[in-house]
Amino acid sequence: MNGLRKFLDKIKPSFQKGGKFHFLHSTFDAFETFLFVPNKTTQRGAHIRDSIDLKRTMSIVIMALIPALLFGMYNVGYQYFKAIGQEAGFGEMFWFGFLKVIPIVIVSYVSGLTVEFIFAQVRHHEVNEGFLVSGMLIPLIMPVNIPLWMVSVATIFAVIFGKEVFGGTGMNVFNPALLARAFIFFAYPKHISGDMPWTYGLTEHIQTVDGFSGATPLANAASYAIDKIPDNWTLFIGLIPGSIGETSKAAILIGAFILLFTGVANWRVMLSVVLGGLFMGGIMNLFAVNPYMELSPITQLLMGGFMFGAVFMATDPVTAAQTNTGKYIFGFLVGVLALLIRVLNPAYPEGMMLAILLMNAFAPLIDHYVIQANIKRRMKRVKVSTNK
Amino acid sequence: MSNIKEKEPLFSAKIAKTFLGPLNLNNPITVQILGICSSLAVTVQLKPALIMALSVTIVTGFSNLIISIMRNSIPSRIRIIVQLVVIATLVIIVDQALKAYVYDVSKKLSVFVGLIITNCILMGRLEAYAMANKPWPSFVDGIGNGIGYGMILVIVAFFRELLGSGKILGMSVIPDSFYQAGYENNGLMILPPMALVTIGVIIWIHRSWKKSLIEK
Repeated sequence: MNGLRKFLDKIKPSFQKGGKFHFLHSTFDAFETFLFVPNKTTQRGAHIRDSIDLKRTMSIVIMALIPALLFGMYNVGYQYFKAIGQEAGFGEMFWFGFLKVIPIVIVSYVSGLTVEFIFAQVRHHEVNEGFLVSGMLIPLIMPVNIPLWMVSVATIFAVIFGKEVFGGTGMNVFNPALLARAFIFFAYPKHISGDMPWTYGLTEHIQTVDGFSGATPLANAASYAIDKIPDNWTLFIGLIPGSIGETSKAAILIGAFILLFTGVANWRVMLSVVLGGLFMGGIMNLFAVNPYMELSPITQLLMGGFMFGAVFMATDPVTAAQTNTGKYIFGFLVGVLALLIRVLNPAYPEGMMLAILLMNAFAPLIDHYVIQANIKRRMKRVKVSTNK
Repeated sequence: MSNIKEKEPLFSAKIAKTFLGPLNLNNPITVQILGICSSLAVTVQLKPALIMALSVTIVTGFSNLIISIMRNSIPSRIRIIVQLVVIATLVIIVDQALKAYVYDVSKKLSVFVGLIITNCILMGRLEAYAMANKPWPSFVDGIGNGIGYGMILVIVAFFRELLGSGKILGMSVIPDSFYQAGYENNGLMILPPMALVTIGVIIWIHRSWKKSLIEK
């Protein structure tokens, strides 16, 4: 490590002002701070400083995503061998899935970081760590069959139009990872809806074992094939077709525990999303007119990307509401809207993505009214005290 | 008699500026952000966009000319109504001409030709320019604004048709080998949101090119 530090110190001057490679200084900064803890100290006055910075926040989220990623890899292999009716061991399944998932991860990181670095250079900003999480989230919410160039195009689109136009990390209105998925969802709908995309290697030409359809529980529910939906336990464990990282609620809950334990994600959002989902699911049960609406709220929460969205997407500290009251409202509406879109609109089987993106747009409004209400309440107190 | 103004030449530097302003630094869409609605709706394909650009150019040019001729005799209280009548007349003529000669395109443009009446660029030019200027500069200003609008429309439509359907003016330009290699048309380009993003990108490029347009 010492040698690395020495090397960095040696080449540092040429990246500083006046140096030969000054135009690349943000690239250098990015790598330096990635390898070593930034050694910035406050110049003046006493400040209470917590050593948690953006980098550590992001690393913790990545750690929380690892269980879902690993399970996703295993599940890709599991679904494939199940579809073609072959016996395979755990290692074989995992390795198969690993080989299919890793390219998507690499493409997502390479294309996203390229855009990030270019923008940082042009604007003379530091390269932020924001994309580390987005780059991991994007593969996890893609179907495994997605062509790699689509992942790349969607990622570039999402980073430019979801993030850089608003000013980069921390300024974005929409969750970039969800934007990437929404881009594919609308631009190449064939690849993300329907029955085939969810299991690797399945096309119309490949013979599958009898009884294996490859459709996700959500797709089954949308076509009222309720008896094809696995029981809650299978849904919870996650050996079902679906996006790479969102099938296993068990893995997601481990991630949620890490996020909550380290205080990185906000429990208010997670809790209220789940409550919103349960509430809407309950209401739908009361007014059920079709088999989809009769599904129990618990099953609804276990299907599709609901839990993944609740834990990793809705809690995004940048795009969620900022005030505590606002977080309850934001999360609750996400849960309600997700089920509404999912059940009542047959064109959009996955409501969670659209619900979160929609509420992202409304988060600043929610905050505004929460703050206004707060000011009003306090102003009342002021008047009362002056009247006396 | 000496204080009669010298007659301005037909193509002076001032006229050139009147004409070129709306094409660049005073573009109705990218700078004044007018006429957005129709540019979102008619830019799915290049052909309707071209026709729309042409129609709007004709209407802006001639409505500017007519209003400018009448400007001294229009009572200012009812000027908006007079302007509307002029625009509406011209729009009806354009609409009928389209129906007669390019019926399929006129069907695609549907209500948007009729809605040229409500295009903000038209009323804006009449109020801001034609009511205060002589007929010839007004006509040039109208044509310039129409072309400035049409230019953006055509650029947006070009990209939307190319990426959204792989065609230009209805002819396939993306070779079959691309499709066999896994390329697919981008369905989002056909949807209106992407027109907004495309216009946004044009505004972005325009402003980074002409720094004077960036608001402080």
